[in-house]
Amino acid sequence: MKRYGYPFLLLLALLLTAGTPALAGAPLPDIPEAIKGEQCVEDTEFMRRNHMELLEHQRDDTVRRGIRTKKHSLKNCFTCHVVMGDDGKAITVSDPRHFCRECHDYAAVKVDCWQCHVSTPEPKGDKL
Amino acid sequence: MSDNQIDSYKRRFLGQSAAIAGAATLGGGLVLTSVARARPADQAASSANRWGLLIDTSKCASDCDECVKACEMEHGWGRGSTDEQHSRPEQKAQWMRKVTVRDRATGHETSLPMMCQHCAYPPCVDVCPTGASMKRDDGIVLVDKHRCIGCRYCMMACPYKARSFIHEDLHDQKTESPRGKGTVESCNLCVNRVDRGENPACADACPEKAILFGDLKDANSDIARRLASEPSTEIRGDLRLDLGVRYQNI
Amino acid sequence: MKPTTFREISGNSTGYWALLGLLGLIIAAGLGAAWYMEHNGHWVTGMNNQIVWGMPHVFAVFLIVAASGALNVASMASVFGRTALKPLSRLSGLLAIALLAGGLMVLVLDLGHPDRLIMAMMNLNFMSIFAWNIILYNGFFVIVAVYLWTMMEKRANRYTKTAGMFAFIWRLVLTTGTGSIFGFLVARQAYDAAIMAPMFIALSFSFGLAIFMLVLFASYRWGGRPLGDYMIIRMQRLLGLFVVAALFFVVVYHLTNLYAAEHRDVEHFMLDGNNVYSGLFWVGYILLGSLVPMAIAWLSPFRASIGWITTAAVLVVAGGMAMIYVIIIGGQAYPLQLFPGKDVSSSFFDGVVNPYSPTLAETLLGIGGIGITLAIVVVGIRLLKFLPLSLEDARVDPHYKADEA
Repeated sequence: MKRYGYPFLLLLALLLTAGTPALAGAPLPDIPEAIKGEQCVEDTEFMRRNHMELLEHQRDDTVRRGIRTKKHSLKNCFTCHVVMGDDGKAITVSDPRHFCRECHDYAAVKVDCWQCHVSTPEPKGDKL
Repeated sequence: MSDNQIDSYKRRFLGQSAAIAGAATLGGGLVLTSVARARPADQAASSANRWGLLIDTSKCASDCDECVKACEMEHGWGRGSTDEQHSRPEQKAQWMRKVTVRDRATGHETSLPMMCQHCAYPPCVDVCPTGASMKRDDGIVLVDKHRCIGCRYCMMACPYKARSFIHEDLHDQKTESPRGKGTVESCNLCVNRVDRGENPACADACPEKAILFGDLKDANSDIARRLASEPSTEIRGDLRLDLGVRYQNI
Repeated sequence: MKPTTFREISGNSTGYWALLGLLGLIIAAGLGAAWYMEHNGHWVTGMNNQIVWGMPHVFAVFLIVAASGALNVASMASVFGRTALKPLSRLSGLLAIALLAGGLMVLVLDLGHPDRLIMAMMNLNFMSIFAWNIILYNGFFVIVAVYLWTMMEKRANRYTKTAGMFAFIWRLVLTTGTGSIFGFLVARQAYDAAIMAPMFIALSFSFGLAIFMLVLFASYRWGGRPLGDYMIIRMQRLLGLFVVAALFFVVVYHLTNLYAAEHRDVEHFMLDGNNVYSGLFWVGYILLGSLVPMAIAWLSPFRASIGWITTAAVLVVAGGMAMIYVIIIGGQAYPLQLFPGKDVSSSFFDGVVNPYSPTLAETLLGIGGIGITLAIVVVGIRLLKFLPLSLEDARVDPHYKADEA
């Protein structure tokens, strides 16, 4: 699924970074600010282009080999990239303002991560 | 300082202190086991270990299902979830269940928890066309849902009915136990907890300590020592699947 | 015997378009049902965690088994030298491809994640019979297509025998693979038997020929082309032979199981139970699907009677569906033996016979597969030269003498 999306995201990244005056009027996704930290786990430009590669690599490492480094884990994304709703709680991916959806909706790239994965930070005290 | 760094410092500190403790009680064996279990996050599961359970059914009360409840809460199914409202009872997932076994001739009854038996030669892994049904190097059998196409051939092949198919959209999952519509799932021996060096939820929850978790390949582990000195059986041992879960007093 | 002239059907009649329209509706209903199942999830079906394979698999397995059987007519002509059947070879190949396509569509659309199929094909696990089948099924399309090309392209005719031989071997392996889906399952009492592979091959002969005959008779009748007694009687006798061969394997399978004490319970359940499976087996498969067609195939009053022979073919198809239903659903309905010889009970339906009532959606999906199959044939014979202009005795009977007619 994400393969189709790659060119779109590349285009998106170009649009965002180049800021071509001619395109200044085109609507751009309103990417939510990370709630903490100055810097993502990798360079922002790198993440925009390659987050899917990192996640896919991490997912195979984790599920199939039991490697559970935190840096590139999906869970770790949501420690910073979380959008609070009007009720003060983190919104899920069912809300179009969700961090992932801002760009994915814009680029029309559909992913099925959220059929299984939680799209919000792990609630405190969730563990037994 | 980022969370990652804190985490890695924490891990290093824990590792060192465990090593010191281990050195202090060398010969005790037990502490060495726990060092082996505290695997660093960046290290893959190893075939030097084989995780398993030993379940003493004589301690297992027929009206107790604390282990099942703990599983539901840990992985967010059954009573641990608000999902699966559309599914009929026979469509709802059950990772673990209490089974009552009754001898036809004598009427004697045994109660025991039943779940994935973590076979060394798992039929579910053999039949899976995509490699989604898989066995980790440390013997844990689980479904890689990223690859699962929902064909249910593994459910046909499992002699223990350990697997469930998800019949509808889910929304109320646990962060550490992703599960969703159109894929098959089962007991994964709490792989999330085991990788942190913890016991599976069922083993910790049992009020009678009837479920013992450990490394079958470590001759000094509690489980290996008990298996070596006490009788135990495999369910459907005739199938020669070499199970990671063994029972006593059936 | 004169050379055969193949010709497309004209396909301009109201009847043709009505038939195609009807098939279109059936396919649309099947696709709609599949969308409904995927959108909601499988809770809208009768399938569950005990009966994990249901109606779609009954249809799919039946169609896939019949696909390899439908190729037999061509194989007999080009591999085993039954030249009288040669005019039917092209239709045989077309029907084989169409049946496989219909069956696979049903199988794929029932998956929990049909959208991941391509990805799945990139990670094949070669320990899996399913993975092998993905290769065998795809290969079958290619090989039969090449086989058809050698028949239809004059310059390639000399390769027909080689291609036919290859296709014949491939189809035997393919049906072995389909039977082994069940034969290799150690977990379930009703499966786990090596004889399931040859049994499926024998069943494929009769299912495939029965469907072939129905398609042949219908296209000649509705297309207004002559079909002589010679061809009809050959089909009639062949069907009888194939039905007996299939019955032989089914009988041996059950006798073997009855002899072993460990399988007696499951045999009683299947053959002697107060359940739908015993009924489908005895009335559906044995009586209507085997004994009646055998009588029609061999008893003299039915000789060359196209009405009765059509009835026999319909009964073989219906009995075959009943048999596959008994194998797939019955085999799962019988509880797993967690503790052989002991009674088990649990919240997860251990130790009980699992009920199954298919919903409309999963049944429509299965019927949609038949729609796809027939639509491919109906369109195929209009576009390309699959059907001989005439199958009257003067053209096909090698011993035909004008004065006998």
